[in-house]
Amino acid sequence: MPRRTDLKRILVIGSGPIVIGQACEFDYSGTQAIKALRDEGLEVILVNSNPATIMTDPELADRTYVEPLTVDVVERIIAREKPDAILPTVGGQTALNLAIALHEAGVLERHGVTLIGASIEAIHVAEDRQLFHDAMIEIGLDVPKSRVVKTMAEGLEAVEVTGFPAIIRPSFTLGGVGGGIAYNVEEFREICGRGLELSPVHEVLIEESVIGWKEYELEVMRDVADNFVVICSIENIDPMGVHTGDSITVAPALTLTDKEYQKMRDAGRKIIRRVGVETGGSNIQFAFNPADGRMIVIEMNPRVSRSSALASKATGFPIAKIAAKLALGYHLDEIPNDITRLTPASFEPTIDYVVVKIPRWNFEKFPQADRTLTTQMKSVGEAMSIGRTFKEAFLKGIRSLELGKEGRLFGAGQPAGAPTEHATPDEVDAGLRRRLSIPTDRRMWAVFEALERGWTTERIHDLTKIDPWFLEQFAELVELRRTAALVGLRDMSADLLRTLKRAGFGDEELAHILQVNPSAVREKRSEFGLRAAYKRIDTCAAEFESFTPYMYGTFETDCEAAPTGAKKVVILGSGPNRIGQGVEFDYCCCHAVFGFRKDGLETIMINCNPETVSTDYDTADRLYFEPLTFEDVMAIIEREREGNHDVSVVVQFGGQTPLKLALPLQDAGVTIVGTSPDSIDLAEDRKRFSQLLWDLGIPQPSSGTAVSRVEARDAAGKIGFPVVVRPSYVLGGRAMAIVYDMASLDRYMASAVDVSNDRPILIDRFLEHAKELDVDCVADQTGAVVIGGIMEHIEEAGIHSGDSSCVVPPTGMSERHLALLRDYTRRIARALKVVGLMNVQYALKDDEIFVLEVNPRASRTIPYLAKATGVPLAQVAARVMMGKTLADLGLTADLTPAGVFVKSPVFPFIRFPGVDTILGPEMKSTGEVMGGAGDFGHAFVKAMLGAGQRLPEQGTVCLSVNNDDKPYVVPIAKGLAEMGFSVTATRGTAVYLRTHGIECGVVYKVNEGRPNLADEIVNRRIQLVVNTPLGLESFFDDKAVRRAAMMAGIPCITTMTGGMAAVDAIRALKGRELNVCSLQEYYAAAALAK
Amino acid sequence: MNAILALEDGTWFAGVSVGAPGETSGEVVFNTSMTGYQEVLTDPSYAGQIVTMTTPQIGNYGVAAADVESDAPKVAGFVIRDQSPIASNWRAQGTLRDYLATNDIVAIGDIDTRALTRRLRSAGVMRGIIATGAADPQELVERARAVPQMEGMDLVQEVSCRDAYDFSLTLADTVAAASFAMTPERPASRVLKVAAYDYGIKTNILRRLVAHGCQVRVFPATAPAADLLAWEPDGIFLSNGPGDPAAVGYAIDNVKALVAAETPMFGICLGHQLLALGLGASTYKLKFGHRGGNHPVKFLPSGAIEITSQNHGFAVDPDTLPAGTEMTHKNLYDGTCEGIRHTSKPVFSVQYHPEASPGPHDADYLFRQFVDLMESH
Repeated sequence: MPRRTDLKRILVIGSGPIVIGQACEFDYSGTQAIKALRDEGLEVILVNSNPATIMTDPELADRTYVEPLTVDVVERIIAREKPDAILPTVGGQTALNLAIALHEAGVLERHGVTLIGASIEAIHVAEDRQLFHDAMIEIGLDVPKSRVVKTMAEGLEAVEVTGFPAIIRPSFTLGGVGGGIAYNVEEFREICGRGLELSPVHEVLIEESVIGWKEYELEVMRDVADNFVVICSIENIDPMGVHTGDSITVAPALTLTDKEYQKMRDAGRKIIRRVGVETGGSNIQFAFNPADGRMIVIEMNPRVSRSSALASKATGFPIAKIAAKLALGYHLDEIPNDITRLTPASFEPTIDYVVVKIPRWNFEKFPQADRTLTTQMKSVGEAMSIGRTFKEAFLKGIRSLELGKEGRLFGAGQPAGAPTEHATPDEVDAGLRRRLSIPTDRRMWAVFEALERGWTTERIHDLTKIDPWFLEQFAELVELRRTAALVGLRDMSADLLRTLKRAGFGDEELAHILQVNPSAVREKRSEFGLRAAYKRIDTCAAEFESFTPYMYGTFETDCEAAPTGAKKVVILGSGPNRIGQGVEFDYCCCHAVFGFRKDGLETIMINCNPETVSTDYDTADRLYFEPLTFEDVMAIIEREREGNHDVSVVVQFGGQTPLKLALPLQDAGVTIVGTSPDSIDLAEDRKRFSQLLWDLGIPQPSSGTAVSRVEARDAAGKIGFPVVVRPSYVLGGRAMAIVYDMASLDRYMASAVDVSNDRPILIDRFLEHAKELDVDCVADQTGAVVIGGIMEHIEEAGIHSGDSSCVVPPTGMSERHLALLRDYTRRIARALKVVGLMNVQYALKDDEIFVLEVNPRASRTIPYLAKATGVPLAQVAARVMMGKTLADLGLTADLTPAGVFVKSPVFPFIRFPGVDTILGPEMKSTGEVMGGAGDFGHAFVKAMLGAGQRLPEQGTVCLSVNNDDKPYVVPIAKGLAEMGFSVTATRGTAVYLRTHGIECGVVYKVNEGRPNLADEIVNRRIQLVVNTPLGLESFFDDKAVRRAAMMAGIPCITTMTGGMAAVDAIRALKGRELNVCSLQEYYAAAALAK
Repeated sequence: MNAILALEDGTWFAGVSVGAPGETSGEVVFNTSMTGYQEVLTDPSYAGQIVTMTTPQIGNYGVAAADVESDAPKVAGFVIRDQSPIASNWRAQGTLRDYLATNDIVAIGDIDTRALTRRLRSAGVMRGIIATGAADPQELVERARAVPQMEGMDLVQEVSCRDAYDFSLTLADTVAAASFAMTPERPASRVLKVAAYDYGIKTNILRRLVAHGCQVRVFPATAPAADLLAWEPDGIFLSNGPGDPAAVGYAIDNVKALVAAETPMFGICLGHQLLALGLGASTYKLKFGHRGGNHPVKFLPSGAIEITSQNHGFAVDPDTLPAGTEMTHKNLYDGTCEGIRHTSKPVFSVQYHPEASPGPHDADYLFRQFVDLMESH
């Protein structure tokens, strides 16, 4: 059947900012879907608030709205664009929820728009627990037994049915408060009683616990003719109880018999049909009781998901792309398989390798957060690895995480049972038992520790419920480690080394185990002729020829890399997402590919992040899905050189991950293009860099370095407090702090990790109440420099630039300052001989501009600036690095933004109870949004909206600020009062405001009595909070206020400049309502103005 | 213990022995199913073949009595990448390694099975030898070249039953059926007598016939058609089996007689090829066959697509189908003939395996069709 002819114009909804649980996998799937729709000649309108995405590139969709994902905004877009249909299934839960909200608000009906991909009914059945539960029973499938009860007697009856452990979930309590797991009757009476009491309707759900059951996922697809295929099965190594996003998972399922697997497949078909997903992909989760094989259905997502992105990368089957085509009415057999070309998409991929996905957490950023893994996802990224065996894939996955020493599975290396300092063997045992039975981000390391200590797999299984098959594989790795350590490198046979390499041990891991230098392992390997071969991911286990060079490395004999004779460039990706190194860098890597391609180079991508666009086999000419370590990268370069020795590498685009490899690669004789690794090092080396700025006559805050407490005290004494302290070579302000006195400095130095002469602690004067600015530029080999943009931070210096909102063009800067910024930037770029991108952070204090930091590489703000100016800076930089001049590319003047664009961060605090939401020098945001308008106020409102904060137009504001900030709070209070807000404040602030002639009420601080500020927030008597930290003693107070505001969804502004921006924004909001405008329209208007 | 797999084209692979010690020879083929190694091992259609599993982790869930397709493993040899030392499944009754050793199946592991598969895909299936212990690869290659070709080989008699018997479910079958078997779309309204030719029949075909309400008597491949008709069956079933269909002339003759008798008849795999030959079409050998659980097949009358379980090295040439016979099913990978029916006589057949085991259950409706045909006849 040909595709539907009634559809001409489609609105695609993106997933918005990167948050935990919803990352760049939706950039990948959205980009695929948009491309697929446009290939079909449809007009595509996109709305997504996240500028750091490939999907919001202006070339991709016909019109791109970087606008907040709210009902009223999207309705405006619909009214302007009049799409025939909306595709809501490629933008995660955000897009699905928005589609439902649009339906419920009558928007779809009002504008005569339909949904494609999933109907409202199907979304309801899949998303509503009870509807889904009933639907499963109706089609004869098993679900966890459960019963709703209103009394203890009913509860005791219910638990007879569910058995123990039983889960008790009180109805209508926020965040599951009052619930729990009961393992016996006494516990049950207690928890059930409490739950009945706490539930406002005195009702609890008693549910059978399936914690510890085996967990599986199926990625399935269906077309409008009811054809059904399973794309991939995924097995969770961490059993039920840990969110699948936090589980180490493996594809294909490895411990199911064909009988069990087919039963699950049959259920998958029934489910997608019953839920009513007519076309597209779905993810279905199942649990199997390991004791008797009982299979139950857990849930279903009627859309593409994180798992479907993983499944696409794991199999080579592009689920989102195919889903988009199916939504247009195509049948599966009418769509070709890109990889084999000759066969249709109506088949089930079969794979001849093992894929492992390991989550990446960022708990070190949130020291107070509970690291226990539960049913709520906490990881911020993931690495995927591919090997011919599970062992190989698993070890490759661990090294893909880039955890440094923390990542070493065989770290301790001490003999089994050796008593740890101060701990009795019993205590050690008890500790290990706890670390095994309570899942955390470190559990896998505990499993290896237990195996090293000689614990049996049975014992570990009892505590972890991890399937014995996986534990056996881990035990074999531990045994191999033991053998290797026993034999040593000198006496190692070719056979043993081959076995170790085939089991996935990296050179570095082996060097650590054997207590030798990695280069010694490398030499031994080449002596034995052991090198990685590359196999293709072809969807069909080699049954058909593959035309797509999508590869992974393994220690086998037959290499399918078939390198070409073209001149080639390797782009190193950014690895698993983490706070500080997210989708922005993947965006840059993709643009590097686009740029190099334009100049006729063969592009080779290396990356291990399955969520990304860069690891779409469609992006670069050749894709190696490999860890980003020296060994893995070097092996690929050596292979590629067999086709043509002219292989260059770019390290500028993927954040710190490739940067760390620059020097080792250069030392190994690899050509690094663009800014030289020496210049990169110069910019990072505090002493060399200070000297350079001194020579250039550019001011910088006084600074020093230290490797010891004494040196630190000495340096800080010279500089004067407050100072900013941080380790060298970090991204995202990891372990960065502002220190106000000697005692805090001592504490910092005592806890600092990884300090050495090569990597000292950097100590800088902290410029209080300074304005911070970011400048991005691109420079070529002739010394030409084009400034991409000057971004003014809304939060003052001291807040990590990634956590600060910022605006282009700057709003309150003098021409003199702007000229200085441009001049400094140009001179620094030339002095560093930058070829490609450079980012400089400046502070403006007391009329003087200081350089805070220089990064001669792609920065986090590049995609945002690219969207604001319409110039793909990363692409320009890539081409410049390969010899083009800026003049060649038509860039002769500094860029100007096409409007006023504000970028705002989004934070994961809601996931981490107990964590303070205050901002500081360490980056904590996971993603960002952009708001655009003709003026700052409206742009800021949109950015806030995009980030989930709706600024109020009226109501009560509560101000509570520290003494330093009091002078600044007056204009904020005045501004709000003028606009009709009623002003309240905590005592000290209120006194200050009244003395400055502002009428205000008083509200208690949290420790002063009740109802206090937190109560008032909960009671919705306050619509806006401005709160700055009052000092350590009231820390707890402020924290409670900020958390209350967050839970209630009330904007809580924690800086004075942020407060002023909010005043401007509210004023703008009251003046004129929000308009929507596509990027393409901004650019057209700007071009016209020129 | 070391082991070597040598092929007639001169390539050889060094690995380790993961089954019984010794030496074995046969036609080397590959199967792309990701699950179901035990069903593959015990499928009599693999007689005379050394089967390579493309999925690398084999043996993980051990072996279980209910997962067999015949009384014992029937493959000539087994080739895998990585064997599990343990069996991890609630139904497991032993490890794969022990199972292979006990049943005297020579198997090789730890070799680059993908390299082997690519070789077979580009050069076609070929003869090979697995030898455990010390062996000279060159000498093995020479001997591989002396292994008899599959073309013209009647392997049916090696795997067919000696005497006719009435099929009944074992206890293990009954238990497994309670957990795993699909409910038929429509079981027969009365007990239907099916006379099944055993050319190497997979047990799950019998289990599915029983599930659909049939009473099955299994006949040896060499039994004259008259014996089957004498039992007065409602339908005849032609089973799967190994080897070259053109080499079993006696079976083709019997099929001709049965077609003439106008008894409803259903054939699977070799049974399908024999029916086609009996109707006057011809068969040919595929380059590397179809073996796996993911081939898309289109049911031409409705356009519906089934994901199918496949295991065959020969195929029916659709261009040779005589008048009155039409192709009903087409393989969407390579366009080969996957099913035929006679337009006036009550006979039909498919090349693939609707009984699955291993593989998807999408084609189970064919058993219902057979029931429909028997009931309406």
